[in-house]
Amino acid sequence: MIELQTVTPFFEDKQELLEEILGRYPDYGRRSAVMPLLWEVQRAERYVSEARVAEIAAILDLHATEVKGVMSFYSTYHGEPVGRWHLQVCSTLSCKLAGADELCDHLEERLGLVPGETDAEGRFSLQKVECLGSCTTAPVLQVNDTYYERVTRGRLEELLEALARDEQPAPWRERHGDNEALGGAPMAGNAAKAPAQAADAAANDEEGGA
Amino acid sequence: MADAVAERPKPITSRHDPRFEVTLYRYVGVEGAHTLDAYLEHGGYEAARKALASEPGQIVNTVKASGLRGRGGAGFPAGVKWSFMPPVDGRQRFIVCNADESEPGSCKDRYLMEDDPHQLIEGMLIAGWAIQATKGVLYIRGEYWHAYERLTGAIEEARARGYLGANVLDSGFAFDIVVHRGAGAYICGEETALMNSFEGLRANPRLKPPFPAQAGVYGLPSTINNVTTLASVPHIVEKGADWFSAMGTDDSKGIHHVQISGAVARPGVYEVPMGISYREIIHDLGGGPSSPAKAFIPGGTSCPLFPYDDEHLDMPMDFSAVAKAGSMLGTGAVIVIPEDQCIVDAMYNVTRFYAHESCGKCTPCREGVSTWMPQMYRKLLSGRGTPEDVDVMEDVAKNLRGTAFCPLADAAAWPIQASLQYFRNEYEHLAQHGTPLHPRKDRWLA
Repeated sequence: MIELQTVTPFFEDKQELLEEILGRYPDYGRRSAVMPLLWEVQRAERYVSEARVAEIAAILDLHATEVKGVMSFYSTYHGEPVGRWHLQVCSTLSCKLAGADELCDHLEERLGLVPGETDAEGRFSLQKVECLGSCTTAPVLQVNDTYYERVTRGRLEELLEALARDEQPAPWRERHGDNEALGGAPMAGNAAKAPAQAADAAANDEEGGA
Repeated sequence: MADAVAERPKPITSRHDPRFEVTLYRYVGVEGAHTLDAYLEHGGYEAARKALASEPGQIVNTVKASGLRGRGGAGFPAGVKWSFMPPVDGRQRFIVCNADESEPGSCKDRYLMEDDPHQLIEGMLIAGWAIQATKGVLYIRGEYWHAYERLTGAIEEARARGYLGANVLDSGFAFDIVVHRGAGAYICGEETALMNSFEGLRANPRLKPPFPAQAGVYGLPSTINNVTTLASVPHIVEKGADWFSAMGTDDSKGIHHVQISGAVARPGVYEVPMGISYREIIHDLGGGPSSPAKAFIPGGTSCPLFPYDDEHLDMPMDFSAVAKAGSMLGTGAVIVIPEDQCIVDAMYNVTRFYAHESCGKCTPCREGVSTWMPQMYRKLLSGRGTPEDVDVMEDVAKNLRGTAFCPLADAAAWPIQASLQYFRNEYEHLAQHGTPLHPRKDRWLA
């Protein structure tokens, strides 16, 4: 016998949020809300279940298959829960040339997972993803929503240890190129710099990035 | 008249030119530069004020005169695109910002959005005024969470202080922006696929014509531009078309942002005048190859690679010069490939990307890009390939050119053809010996 489970609708106690999302789009473009609604659910629950798909469909007056059809087109909506820490290794060319293959191998060994898997406790999941747009600060690792740029062996270990303690470090944001050429150091760990100083540095900079 | 032409100052085509000044990227990497106060402190929204006091047609003409071409890869003249909008007829009109930056090698838009979001908002506002669109759609790729937060924060700030909303800067012009997150699909960078995605549909490209100006978002008149294109607009309005067109070549005016990655000493994003040589980009800015190089990709992985030789290094960064040499300027993402990297392995990486990103709508792409090409590469790389397989790959690539519904298949096939043109020996070595000419090497930073 099939036991029917009652699921509390996700947006039941989030009417204000729902109104805000629907309000972003004109009445004739109500369907545009499908992606933001999927995102809201996934950010809260780490995946979008069939029940949530049906709920979103009902809100937008669509069939569940239409919502599922949109969801399945994209690669970052998950139909199954990912781990508390979802590690996404960029594996496209620039990151590959900076060691993404080795980075991914290392993570597989360290976490005992192959790409696409989540551990039994639901703590870590590993995924190989395509270009994340961090090519000049490769290799990049995305954990949940946060980018960790120019990942080295040493820093990766610190990151994994922090995640194991359920602490997510601030993003490693690196800026190379003009930021350095204009007289600044790479952004990571850099002290605040007033706009006026940057302008002065630019005025003094005759060497370009050389 | 002849004298006047002779006296025209030489255009700026080098970063060493003392007249060159970093403009769009000045505040990238500067902590705190993303706030409205910081933006106002260095003259933010003055260009918008100036634009709103001018006729929309005048702004279109200024952008046309500047020679600004699309910075998303295709290089279509921005002002000309704006002038395609039909006359105002009471229907809702849209200015769409393509922030789906997904071309491998490219990251210039992310930095701009994260560190200087108001520059883009002001650009959208001015573009909206120029084409008389009261709604802005900013479609940003889903992975750019930090940029999304910065942009939505900046838009709220701008709304609260009258830089967006029902009456922008007391001009009577109403303008607002909705930020819409994608969810990991390269094809959304194609303008009509992006519009379908925004409308809550699967992101399959649409048949063109009609073009977006006729039937764009929700079938309504729309213009779509790349992030960097739009962020250039305030500076062009502020400093004049001449400021922009004084840089670059006859064909390609103004500034671009090169993103140097791969085997170079100093990877990074650099603002450069168009017409700069690839030698200056890779050697002076990027610090030269970090190990001997054999090839470079001039504008993102969709652009066929060039051998690393004097002829190609001395080529100017100019849309027509790069096209003439057999590739594309693209997004300005330069990737340097080292000598000891197996080119077949590198091209498999790129092929796998396009295979993953094919939307599956049309047969040539679904079968050729998504299925056959990666299989042939895997066969070759696993040591089971034959010399005939290399011929088949060449044939499949040839047949993918110009046969698919949208340019994704060309983007996948053309680079394969170039790799075969210049490095066929590596394919043949694999087919004959079953092992690559250059075995895998640990490339990860200590």
